[in-house]
Amino acid sequence: MKLGSSRRGFLAGSLGVGGAAAVSRFGWAQGAARQGGTLVVAADSEPRNLNPAIIASNGVFYVASKVIEPLAEQSYDGDGLAPRLATAWSGAADGKSVRFTLRQGVTWHDGKPFTSADVAFSALDVWRKLQNLGRVVFKDLEAVETPDASTAIFRFAKPTPAQLIQNALPSLTAVLPKHLYEGTDINANPANTRLVGTGPFRFVEHRPGQFYRLERNAAYWDAGKPHLDAIVYRVLPDPGAVAAAIEANEIQLAAFSAVPLADLARIGKVPGVVVVTKGYEGITYQLTVEINHRRKELADMRVRRAIAHAIDRKFVIDTIFLGYAKPAAGPVPAFDTRFYTPDVATPGFSTRDAERLLDEAGYRRGGDGMRFRLRLLPAPFFEQTRQFGDYLRQALRAVGIDAEVVRNDTPGHLKAVYTDHNFDLAVGSPVYRNDPAISTTILYQSGLPAGVPFANQYGYADAEVDALIAKAAATIDGAERARVYRDFQKRVGEQQPIIHVAEFSFISVARDRLRNVANNPRWTTSNWADTWLAS
Amino acid sequence: MTRILAVARRRLLHSIPVVAIVVLGVFALLEAAPGDAVDAYLVIGGGDAEMIQRLRQEWGLDRSFLARLGAYLTALAHLDLGWSVAFARPVSAVLFERLPNTLMMMAAAICFSFSAGTLLGIAAGARPGSLRDRILSLVSLGLYAMPSFWLGLMLLVGFAVKLAWFPLGGIESVGMGKTGLARALDIARHLVLPVLSLGLIYLALYLRLMRTGMIEAWRSDYIRTARAKGLTPRRIAFRHAARNALLPVVTMLGLQAGALLSGSVVVESVFAIPGMGRLAFEAVTQRDVPLLLGVFLISTLMVILANLFVDLLYARLDPRVAAEG
Repeated sequence: MKLGSSRRGFLAGSLGVGGAAAVSRFGWAQGAARQGGTLVVAADSEPRNLNPAIIASNGVFYVASKVIEPLAEQSYDGDGLAPRLATAWSGAADGKSVRFTLRQGVTWHDGKPFTSADVAFSALDVWRKLQNLGRVVFKDLEAVETPDASTAIFRFAKPTPAQLIQNALPSLTAVLPKHLYEGTDINANPANTRLVGTGPFRFVEHRPGQFYRLERNAAYWDAGKPHLDAIVYRVLPDPGAVAAAIEANEIQLAAFSAVPLADLARIGKVPGVVVVTKGYEGITYQLTVEINHRRKELADMRVRRAIAHAIDRKFVIDTIFLGYAKPAAGPVPAFDTRFYTPDVATPGFSTRDAERLLDEAGYRRGGDGMRFRLRLLPAPFFEQTRQFGDYLRQALRAVGIDAEVVRNDTPGHLKAVYTDHNFDLAVGSPVYRNDPAISTTILYQSGLPAGVPFANQYGYADAEVDALIAKAAATIDGAERARVYRDFQKRVGEQQPIIHVAEFSFISVARDRLRNVANNPRWTTSNWADTWLAS
Repeated sequence: MTRILAVARRRLLHSIPVVAIVVLGVFALLEAAPGDAVDAYLVIGGGDAEMIQRLRQEWGLDRSFLARLGAYLTALAHLDLGWSVAFARPVSAVLFERLPNTLMMMAAAICFSFSAGTLLGIAAGARPGSLRDRILSLVSLGLYAMPSFWLGLMLLVGFAVKLAWFPLGGIESVGMGKTGLARALDIARHLVLPVLSLGLIYLALYLRLMRTGMIEAWRSDYIRTARAKGLTPRRIAFRHAARNALLPVVTMLGLQAGALLSGSVVVESVFAIPGMGRLAFEAVTQRDVPLLLGVFLISTLMVILANLFVDLLYARLDPRVAAEG
């Protein structure tokens, strides 16, 4: 979901302020890559479990994606995927199987050969059973056949769209070595913290509170790569110290908005330092207003639309995000053109419309000028979610809704909103993961048990929305499935069960001698095999 | 010697209820905080109902408050600090990895602020109202007014980024494979800036206390006597005035030992030093009760020992205390 509770900054969608200049200074058309060099980067969290097959999250991927590879990675080119451990894949017409052709001549870091048995084991015993995202996407996976060492056929009990499986490849399919995990307690396996994979870098050392060290895998399957000798992740919890470290050239990359937004304009002018807003499209976050539909006022669609009318998205983007964000129309970010539709009746900024709708709903201003009172819980995940909470309070006051801001730290917020439902409005920041069924429909689907975070704990139940979600889940044809999701966006755009305000992602600050930066949509969480350091 | 042992024993006996209060207090406080360790864990990646229930069971969070407290106390009686869920390791292993860093940093900060503070205080208080006294007073007030994280960042920008005299942070150079003396020097270089930002504020405090003590001492009869005997001003200042002015400063020393731990939370973050302060912060945000209790127990022990040391020092400095003790 997010990198760590200490995350204070975050960053923008596509090219934001200064981004265009940064791109030309980088020059993606590179000359010959220089071999060698140690890349030092900032890290702000040390996950207790570093296994990306069990915990699909950016904080884990940031380190683990260099060591353990998925079947395919997101790409700016072609159909949006670049092969990694799988070289080809195709789904059967009935949606009950997907066939993967696997890369040959790949070895694990301990020298054992990589085969289809590793993929079968990872899928059946890890992704399907233990992984936070995989437990949903692979729930109908019944068996994995391995007719030979380089073929794996996934068999599903119920028709499962091949499009969904394909979209899940970058984040959900990190392959583990069967020979180290089979017959052990997978959650407690020592290889969860001392990773063994097939990736371009080997895991060498983790000194808690200080650093992770990865070194070049000389036997990597992509001959001539990786270019770097080593990657060191220095644990730097203080954002001010991160900015100082990149200025002093002690680190060459501060990813995941480790440098606060307010500092970017200054640091972008330091010679040798560039601000990069690309490379995060695959992990786009959305600033949302979560609504407790158990409140009778909020169960009324007119009141929800009135709240949406009260929000000035331009002000939010210019003032809170300092321009490093884009307005959001609905639950699918504009970057994902396969599913996104702009044809949504999202309420625009108009306090007059807001007041009119509230009056129509029967909530007239009382003697004190207020219509009713609400408890507003801004999530502490990002500096911007907290600041937006303060803005929303003022915006609601302007239309006669008195919101009391209640602040909690991360565990307190999760408990209040997702377990106790002790809120009226909350500010959230869900991340979109390449397919509505992976990250998004769960926010709208009814009938989920209490206590499951980042899911519909809002008391929202709409038969039409539930039907569209179920229909998309069983639609095998990709184009037809996308059409169902566009209908879904239209329906929730009208209903506004959750109000989408802005799309944002992270920003990187890098030294300009670091090359091939941000060359895929989830670059910071990809394998960095082609990254190199100019002298 | 027996008297010192008696003082020590009495102090240690008094500390038993202190430790008990710390344990109960931390347990109750974290119980009252909304959300538990599983909620804190779920923020990375989320999870479904079945997985959440399994985690609560595995981590023993589905049991009642009293059952968990009882289990913790039983383990503690066997000197077992328990299991840290946030780090997935035994609490004692996590603590002992970080304790040396904090001890080094604190010992250096206390020595620095105490010695430099008292000496400068003597210098300022030797001739109250002089130009030297005014300059020192002004500087010390300025230092005392500064928040330690800001001072730390300014030292960082000045001496590590602009001048590049000292490393930016961390406890030692990453992956240089240094050993022995070279490693000790490397660590010392890394400690200079954090120790300055922790110690300078207390230096100012000691300076002010020492100066006030000196000014008071100058008015005493024994100083007049010493003057009448014809002793040099230098000898009077050091042997007579300073020795008496030192007592409140020593009291402060005991207090500083406790307060340093809270100050070290920010300084350790700014300078990226894996120490106890940051560990306490992480334990709270992760709702890791055994880990937080471990940190508090160790720091309680440290404060108790520091105060014992101060008491003994008092007895040595002031014969009146020793006579009563």
